[in-house]
Amino acid sequence: MTATLETRGLFMHFGGLTVTNDVNLAIERGARQALIGANGAGKTTLVNLLTGALTPTAGRVILDGVDITGEPQHRRVARGLVRTFQVNQLFPGMSPLEATALAVAQRQGATARWWRSLASHSAVIEEAAALLDRLGLLDCAHEQTGALPYGRQRLLEIGLALALEPSVLLLDEPAAGVPEGESAELFATLAELPRSVTVLLIEHDMDLVFRFAERITVLVDGAILVEGPPAQISADPRVREVYLGEAQHG
Amino acid sequence: MLTVLFDGIATGALLFMLALGLSVTLGIMNFVNLAHGAFAMLGGYVAVVLLKGWGVPLLWCLPAAFLISAAVGMVLERTLYSRLYGASPLDQVLFTIGIVFASMAMASYFMGAQHQIIQLPPFLGGQFHVFAGFDVGVYRLFLIVVCGLIALLLHIMLTRTRFGSQLRASVDNARVARGMGIDVDRLFAITFAVGSGLAGLAGALGIEILDLDPTFPVKFMVYFLIVVAVGGTGTLGGPLAASLVLGICDVAGKYYISEVGAFIIYTVMVVMLIVRPQGLFGRPAVR
Amino acid sequence: MKPGSLVQNAVLPRYRAEVAYLRGLAAWRPAEYVFWIAPVLLYFLLPKQLVLFSQVAIMGLFAISLDLILGYAGVISLGHAAFFGLGGYAAGILAQQGWGEPLSGLAFGGLAAGVLGFATSFLVLRGSDLTRLMVTLGISLMLFELANKMRWLTGGADGLQGVEIWPLFGVWRFDLYGRTAYCYSIVVLFLSFLIIRRIVHSPFGLALRGIRENGRRMPALGTPVARRLVAVYTIGAIFAGVAGALLTETTQFVSLDVLSFDKSAEALLVVVLGGAGTLYGGVVGALALIVAQYLLSGLTPEYWQFWTGIAFIALVFFARGGILGLASRMVAVLRRISGVA
Repeated sequence: MTATLETRGLFMHFGGLTVTNDVNLAIERGARQALIGANGAGKTTLVNLLTGALTPTAGRVILDGVDITGEPQHRRVARGLVRTFQVNQLFPGMSPLEATALAVAQRQGATARWWRSLASHSAVIEEAAALLDRLGLLDCAHEQTGALPYGRQRLLEIGLALALEPSVLLLDEPAAGVPEGESAELFATLAELPRSVTVLLIEHDMDLVFRFAERITVLVDGAILVEGPPAQISADPRVREVYLGEAQHG
Repeated sequence: MLTVLFDGIATGALLFMLALGLSVTLGIMNFVNLAHGAFAMLGGYVAVVLLKGWGVPLLWCLPAAFLISAAVGMVLERTLYSRLYGASPLDQVLFTIGIVFASMAMASYFMGAQHQIIQLPPFLGGQFHVFAGFDVGVYRLFLIVVCGLIALLLHIMLTRTRFGSQLRASVDNARVARGMGIDVDRLFAITFAVGSGLAGLAGALGIEILDLDPTFPVKFMVYFLIVVAVGGTGTLGGPLAASLVLGICDVAGKYYISEVGAFIIYTVMVVMLIVRPQGLFGRPAVR
Repeated sequence: MKPGSLVQNAVLPRYRAEVAYLRGLAAWRPAEYVFWIAPVLLYFLLPKQLVLFSQVAIMGLFAISLDLILGYAGVISLGHAAFFGLGGYAAGILAQQGWGEPLSGLAFGGLAAGVLGFATSFLVLRGSDLTRLMVTLGISLMLFELANKMRWLTGGADGLQGVEIWPLFGVWRFDLYGRTAYCYSIVVLFLSFLIIRRIVHSPFGLALRGIRENGRRMPALGTPVARRLVAVYTIGAIFAGVAGALLTETTQFVSLDVLSFDKSAEALLVVVLGGAGTLYGGVVGALALIVAQYLLSGLTPEYWQFWTGIAFIALVFFARGGILGLASRMVAVLRRISGVA
C-alpha cells in the first residue's frame, strides 16, 4: 500500500535543543496508527510540523506524494490534512452550530463571500446540523460553546475536524481531560470513522491506544524508537524500559 | 557631522531611559502601558516647578523627579493597573489612553500649554570645541554620562544581584517564575515604580532636548513603542541599540533634511517592520 | 458516500429548524426599524439641530468602520483617523481643484482611504498586538506630518480653503441650515450600514468572528487568516474614508485635526462607549458623545480632555459593553423581573 503521509529526515531544532530528531514516518492509506511517547518526547511538535504550524529545520513532509513542506497550514487543510488540538481550541462565544457551519463553509471556500448571509446557505447549515446530530450534540446546537461541559466541547473539537472532510486526521490526545463518564461517546465516534480516512492518534491513554491502533510508533526524545503492531510493541523490552523508567521517575 | 552623531547619541540615551520601564512592564506582565510617557512628563514638570518655583538646583531636582514619578507609579499600579493584568489588550489600551488624556489635561491646566524653558546651571551650559565639525555640548555630555551610568548600574543589578535574576526569570516566563516561588507581583510593583521613576528622571533631564509640554505623552508614544517593538523586552541591549539608532536617525533627519524631519522615524519604523517584524534583538516583544 | 464524509449527501429536512434559527438571529429586529425611523422624525422635530445630527451620522459611520476591524476582527488600531483624514482631504482637494460633485467625491475619498488601508494592512498584520499599535499609530502620525508639511496641497495648519461642493444631483444645494447635508449624511450612513450589516452576517463575517475568538484555530480550519484580515482592514478603511469625505462635503472645509491622534482616540471612545461589536454601538456612542459635547460646550478644552480620560478609565472598569451593553443587561434584568423567559 502506498504511504499517504510521509516524513523524510525531519528535524526540528530550537536553538541548541533538538526536539525532533530524524523522524521518518510512512503512514499508509486507511491506517489506524498511534504515536506514543513520554511527556516531552516531541509528539505535539511532530503534529505541528506535519500540519505546518511549525517549519522544520530540515527534512520534508509529503502528502499523497506531494511535497507540502513549504505550505502554510490552511493550504494543507484544503488538501485534507486536518488536526485536532490537545487543549480544546474552540470559539467560546459561538454556538456549536455556528462553529461547525464555519468549518463546513470554509471547506467549501465560502468564507470569502461577504454578500450573501450565512443563513441563506441552508445546505451548509443543514450539513453542520447533521454532523452535530451524529455526534449527539444537536440538542446544544445553539448554546454558547464556552458554557458546554468539557466532554461535549471535546466532541465539538473533533466535530470541527470532521466537518472539514479530512483524508488524513491527526488527533492530538483526544481523550485528554475528558472525564470517565463522557468518554464513551468519544471512543464510539473514533471507532466509526470510515476506512477512507487515515488516522494518526497521539495518545497517553494506553487503553484507547491498544483498542484503536493497528500500528504503533514510539517516540523517545524526538526520535522514533520502534514501530510495529500493538502486540510487538507491548512485548518490546526497550519500550518497557522507557515506560518503566518513567514510572520510577514520576 | 560628528556633532549631529553625538547629539543623536544623547537623544538616544534619553529615549533608552524613557522606554526602559515600558520594556520591562511589557516583558513581565505583558501589559502595554501607553501612559508611560505621562510619568516622564510628570518628572519633567516636577523638575520645572522645583527649579523655577523654589529655586532648587537642577542636580537635586533630578532625584526628586525620579522619586515622585516612582511614587505615583507605585500608587497607580497598586490601585488600578494591577486589576487589569489579565484583561484584554483592548481594555489595557483604553485604560492607559484614559490616563494619558487625564494627565495631559491636568498638565495643561496647572502648567499651561507652552513649552517649558529652563535655565541650565552654568557648569552644565555651553559647549567645547573638539575639532572642526565636532562640538560637544556640555549638557548633552552630562546626559550621556548619567544615562550610561544608570544603564551600567542596571546591568550590574540585573546580572549580579538576586533581585536581578528573579527579574530576568520573571521576564522570561512569569508563570514558571511564580511556580518557583518568586513573588512576581511584588517584583512587578517594584519594577513598575522604578521604571516610572526612570521615565520621570528622563523627562526631567530632557526638558531642554525633548520639548516639554502637555502633549508630551502622545508625541513620544510612538517612539517608546518603536523602541520596545524593535528592541524586544528580554535584554537591556536591545532597547539600548534601538534607542540609539532612533535617536541618531531622528536628530540627523531633522538636521539634514529638515523638510521631512519627524518623518524619518516613521520610515525607520516601517523598514524595521518589513525586515524583522519580531524585533531586532533578544526576545521579541510578543503579546 | 464521499470519502471521509460522515454525512449523507441528501439535504435533510429535519434540520430546517436549525436553519430557521440562524435566519432568525440575522433578521431585523423591531428596535432596528425604530432606530432608522428616528432620523426622519428628527428632521421634522428638531430642524434647528440638523447640523449637530449630521455630525452624529458622520462620527457614527467613522465609528462603525472602526467597530468592523476592532469589534469583529479584533484589530486594535490607534490610527484609524489616517483613513478618515485621507478620505476627507481627498474629497476636499478634488473639490478645491474644480470637481465638486459630491457622490464622486465620496467615492474618491473612500477609494483613496481603501488604497492606503490595503497597502498598510500587510504591516498591520505582521507581528503582535504591540507592533499593531505601533504601526497604526505611526501611520496616522506620518500622514499628519505629511499634511502639515505639504501646505501647498493641504493648506497646512490653516486648513484647506476654497472647497466648493456642487448641489447634490444638481438639485439640492448644501445650504446653511444643513438640511441637504443632514439628509445626505443620513442616507450615506444608512446605505453604508446596510452593506456592513450584510458583511457581518455573511460567512466572511463568521470567519472574522472566528479569527477574533480564536486566531489559532482558524488556520487549522483552513482559513487564510491574513487574507481575511487584509480584506476587513481595507473595508474598514474605505468606510472611514467615506465618513471623512462626508465631513468635508458637509462642512466644505477640512483641516489637520481629521488626521490627529485625538480623532483616532475619539473614534475608539465612541465605539466602546456605544458598545463594540454591535455596529449600532457606533451610532449610539456618537450620539452620546456629540450631544454631551454640545451640552457641555461651555467647558474649557482641558476639562473636556480630562473627563474624556476619566470616561475611558470608567468604561474599562465599569461598563465594558458600553451603552448598548448596559441596555441589554437592563433588558435582561427587566425580563427576569417580569417573568418572561
